[in-house]
Amino acid sequence: MRNLDWLQLALFIAIIVLITKPLGLYLVQVLDAKGKTWLDWLVKPVERVTYRLLGVNPEEEHDWKHFTLAMLLFSAVSALFTYAMLRWQAWLPLNPQKFDALSPHLSFNTAVSFTTNTNWQSYGGESTMSYLSQMVALTIHNFASAAVGIALAAALVRGIARHTAKTIGNFWVDLVRITYYLLLPICFVFAIFLVSQGMIQNFKPYTTAKLMEPFTVQVPKVDDKGQAVNGADGKPVMVDQVITEQSIVQGPMASQVAIKMLGTNGGGYTNANAAHPFENPTPLSNFIQMISIFAIASALTYYLGRMTQNQGHGWAVWSAMFALFLAGVLVCWWAEAKGNPIHHNLGVAVADGNMEGKEVRFGIFNSALFATVTTDASCGAVNAMHDSFTGLGGMVPMLNIELGEVVFGGVGAGLYGMLVFVVLAVFIAGLMVGRTPEYLGKKIGAYEVKVALLTLLVLAASILGFTAWASVSKWGVAGLNNAGPHGLSEMLYAFSSCTGNNGSAFAGLTANEPWYDTTLGLATLIGRFLMIVPIMALAGALAQKKVVPQSAGTFPVSGFTFTALLIGTVLLVGALTFLPALALGPVVEHFLTLQGKLF
Amino acid sequence: MTHKAPSLFDWNIAGPAIVDAFKKLHPRAMIKNPVMFVTLVGAILTTADIFLPTHERGVIAQIALWLWFTVLFANFAEAVAEGRGKAQAKALRKTRTHSTAHKIRGDGKTEEVGADTLRKADVVVVRTGEIIPGDGEVIEGAATVDESAITGESAPVVRESGGDRSAVTGGTRVLSDEIKVRITADPGHGFLDRMISLVEGAKRQKTPNEIALTILLAALTLIFMFVIMALKPMGIYSATVFSVPVLIALLVCLIPTTIGGLLSAIGIAGMDRLLQRNVLAMSGRAVEAAGDVDVLLLDKTGTITLGNRQATEFMPAPGVTEQELADAAQLSSLADETPEGRSVVVLAKKFGIRAREIHELPHAQFIKFSAQTRMSGVDLDGVQYRKGAADSIYKFVGSQPAAEIIQAVEKVARAGGTPLLVATKAKVLGVIYLKDIVKGGLPERFKRLRAMGIKTVMITGDNKLTAAAIALEAGVDDFLAEAKPEDKLALIRKEQQGGRMIAMIGDGTNDAPALAQADVGVAMNTGTQAAKEAGNMVDLDSNPTKLLEIIEIGKQLLITRGALTTFSIANDVAKYFAIIPAMLMATFPAIAPLNVMHLHSPGSAILSAVIFNALIIIILIPLALRGVKFQPIGALAILQRNLLIYGVGGVIIPFLGIKAIDVIVTALNLA
Repeated sequence: MRNLDWLQLALFIAIIVLITKPLGLYLVQVLDAKGKTWLDWLVKPVERVTYRLLGVNPEEEHDWKHFTLAMLLFSAVSALFTYAMLRWQAWLPLNPQKFDALSPHLSFNTAVSFTTNTNWQSYGGESTMSYLSQMVALTIHNFASAAVGIALAAALVRGIARHTAKTIGNFWVDLVRITYYLLLPICFVFAIFLVSQGMIQNFKPYTTAKLMEPFTVQVPKVDDKGQAVNGADGKPVMVDQVITEQSIVQGPMASQVAIKMLGTNGGGYTNANAAHPFENPTPLSNFIQMISIFAIASALTYYLGRMTQNQGHGWAVWSAMFALFLAGVLVCWWAEAKGNPIHHNLGVAVADGNMEGKEVRFGIFNSALFATVTTDASCGAVNAMHDSFTGLGGMVPMLNIELGEVVFGGVGAGLYGMLVFVVLAVFIAGLMVGRTPEYLGKKIGAYEVKVALLTLLVLAASILGFTAWASVSKWGVAGLNNAGPHGLSEMLYAFSSCTGNNGSAFAGLTANEPWYDTTLGLATLIGRFLMIVPIMALAGALAQKKVVPQSAGTFPVSGFTFTALLIGTVLLVGALTFLPALALGPVVEHFLTLQGKLF
Repeated sequence: MTHKAPSLFDWNIAGPAIVDAFKKLHPRAMIKNPVMFVTLVGAILTTADIFLPTHERGVIAQIALWLWFTVLFANFAEAVAEGRGKAQAKALRKTRTHSTAHKIRGDGKTEEVGADTLRKADVVVVRTGEIIPGDGEVIEGAATVDESAITGESAPVVRESGGDRSAVTGGTRVLSDEIKVRITADPGHGFLDRMISLVEGAKRQKTPNEIALTILLAALTLIFMFVIMALKPMGIYSATVFSVPVLIALLVCLIPTTIGGLLSAIGIAGMDRLLQRNVLAMSGRAVEAAGDVDVLLLDKTGTITLGNRQATEFMPAPGVTEQELADAAQLSSLADETPEGRSVVVLAKKFGIRAREIHELPHAQFIKFSAQTRMSGVDLDGVQYRKGAADSIYKFVGSQPAAEIIQAVEKVARAGGTPLLVATKAKVLGVIYLKDIVKGGLPERFKRLRAMGIKTVMITGDNKLTAAAIALEAGVDDFLAEAKPEDKLALIRKEQQGGRMIAMIGDGTNDAPALAQADVGVAMNTGTQAAKEAGNMVDLDSNPTKLLEIIEIGKQLLITRGALTTFSIANDVAKYFAIIPAMLMATFPAIAPLNVMHLHSPGSAILSAVIFNALIIIILIPLALRGVKFQPIGALAILQRNLLIYGVGGVIIPFLGIKAIDVIVTALNLA
């Protein structure tokens, strides 16, 4: 834990704090159909034409059911579109590598995963996807799923801020305005910046390079028909293969990576994601990519404060997120810096900590910070392999996801997830001031509690249910790369990541086979839509409520006490659910590693 | 009957409660409480496990035993809370003796019938010594009535036809005179019947907040059931056997049994605490609403000021001594039977004026107050002494009064008092200062209310000037002057439009619409039947300042619920640290450092957690019945205090408790 790393952490925090207010104020304008921005001269005409083409009346607002239905319809159609494109990839243009069409289960998994802002990848991008698939089938969702998330958060905030109202906004207007005024302009600048750092952006076929030092790998022997040959013991017969050349990835990368980070999508252009030299060329690109993951989510808390006319509340929510972020990054960094006792005993790289699975370019701190940030938010981009983290170091990203990614969180999704915890905190502790619970003057009753808890129930049931199923099924165990607690962690992480719509992986798991593709795809759908519907119902219910005026007896939703309460609620109600599973995975692994056992 | 708080573990209550705790094990009763139902199922499954072949039989049997205790303790808590009500209901029932009634038939003759045959609109006559056969309204006559059966107050009260004191309650006794009563309630629906069923909790329905809380607890239970069910297969993967009793023990420890077991006791105890202060809440909903009140409407007369104005000062005209004025004032007030008139006589005594009786002055001719002259007085030895409002006295005297008199009149009016002038035909002698006497201690109580965020509004028929002066003296936040009954209703509606919750207390028939509209409407027991039916609480003491206590009890009820919920959830941390290492120790001995409490063995760890989980219910019963203390120190300060005690304390206490139990369990060689 070097001084320079502390300095970088301080810088990271300072920048996040500084952009929160200006970006939040900009969001206030973007998320208001009548808002004014400095881009109006350029974008307004395009916006108007879009509404005309879509047949949308921007003056009109809808109730929560209409809003949710529009969102579901949009998601379903766009998911089908991507499924079709991936299935027909071989017949579509811009495919210099002549990649084949994707299998039905992989197409399903990928389409669902990108529609839901998860971007779980059961494939290697550079060896599976054509340029057209990357640019259209996938990148469209990088924008749209991010815009959908922000629109949903805005709808919930409107529900909280309004009173005796039926409507919570117009989904189509939100979608268009967020994409045109927020995501596209920032990504345009961001992509150019990334190119300046050395990221590629072209349509060239892959480059082939001769290796300076050819090397030999063992591959399964195949017969004439391409079938693997099994030996007498039933295992595949392995033969040596000499590798003499390397294929270097090309393509329109920067344009996709910009939105991948800003929209907390995380789906890598390459399999190595942000650990690939092209996808994350410099320390600066690494730093700015991390900032961009948190930027919108952080600004949304300011939007919350502004809309509810209680900026203290916005900052209290921000502070709770920040405290959880800081705790996570410190634990993860400490665990990785401390390293692996087995390495220590062998006298290997003691000073550097646990460098296994990490880019030497980034080192311990930037890997730990990246891992924390990407799992606090539902980004899922990685610049190090979480699978190779120490037991505790790897538990931090996992727990971050299992908390519901409410620590800043995915764009929009983080805020609406955290607001569910706010409602629960207010309900549980609100009674302790001697009034029936109120959130910003609105009574929290049976209905609100029901829908809020439904989201927690869905999260727990999906993550734990699927993991439990996988852990005792043939297909589940077959996909594992490691045995013992680490294997359990791989499964737990996968279903957490998909249900939480994160998309990062404990890389050991071999997930591209029908069972995993399907179950993970289902977890993704459950984690997104079964969460959103109750949350929108909450927005609708809150919008209709009357507001009780503030008094000295009102439950305070700003200040240190509330922040502490919110953190406590997230940890007690959120984290405790996963403690037994975590105990069997990373916790046991941690203690076994201390005794020198590995898996 | 008396409404003293029974001691928490009175054997008369605890004894039957133990029996009830077992009776409540009936699944139909248990299913209403999802948390305890799951615990019951867990207890049954664990008990079944004792009979399976295992070498851990001793520990499993003990776990099963304590799981049963958990359920029984929760049932006991509820039974104790109910028992306190039942004891009171029993006392009430004793008073409902089978009485007979003298019903007046259509032809005007009376006939003797059983009280239980009376129906609405029947008319009965009740004579001295008889028990009033049913709730009704006095339509003829006046009588003193002993209402101690209901109020516990032994002093008899007057009940008379017309006005706001016409309501009588069945079961009370006429002490003197004879009244005709029109029955207003069918048998079984009278006030006493309602009171009995309310205190018994027979018709107790869950309040909105209780329903929401039950949903929270049920959902948490469901989530933890997922957690436990998922643990079994994950254990299989990890080559660890999680036995059913251990999984059930973990489940029961994690689900919020503490609040789940005490929730209904808290609600019943809240209504009970009101009853101890002689307030009868018609529903738990009303008690809950009391905690939420934002605005308090208080009638000036009787609530803020003593019922009547009193003479406090004589202000003589120039050339008149105080003695002379006092003498004249006393003479003019001798025949004045109003409290104001009496207070003039009392004040005069202080100036050495001997008390005179009317019969001492046979020649005197007393002039009664009349609406035309608006004066009263006496003609004695040719002198006409008169007392009255300023303008009528001016007219009586006929000449312009001295400037000092006019000034004195204005001064009194501006200070919120009522000036009364005393005069002879010859000249104005001076001014009597009639003052509204504000009850003692009110500004402090209103300050308490302000600290709770509650606004007080005084309602009065007085003019604005007078109202403002009294409002200032009493320390209320706002006032509504020259108020008519419909103004009161309009004010309530307006505040409710703004999202506020309103509480008021009233007694008259003209209060009924406002009582019905208010979120908390407290009717005084001395009030009319209409008022009692419109409100959702009845104050048996008819003490208007009771509203403050009602609000505090409402708040206390809500705080207790929140505190125990927080405590219950916070407890889970320690229970995890007790049970998880114990479960994994056999397969992964390396996990030993996670056993931060250094519990003796896996068996003792799990057993200690289960025992703690059961005992904490018993330990917290007194708190649930008594309620967490409420202090008017502002929401933030209360929140901080309670979060510290029940949140942070809820995390720490079970660590200590489980460790202590583990030491005992180990010492006794139980596991």
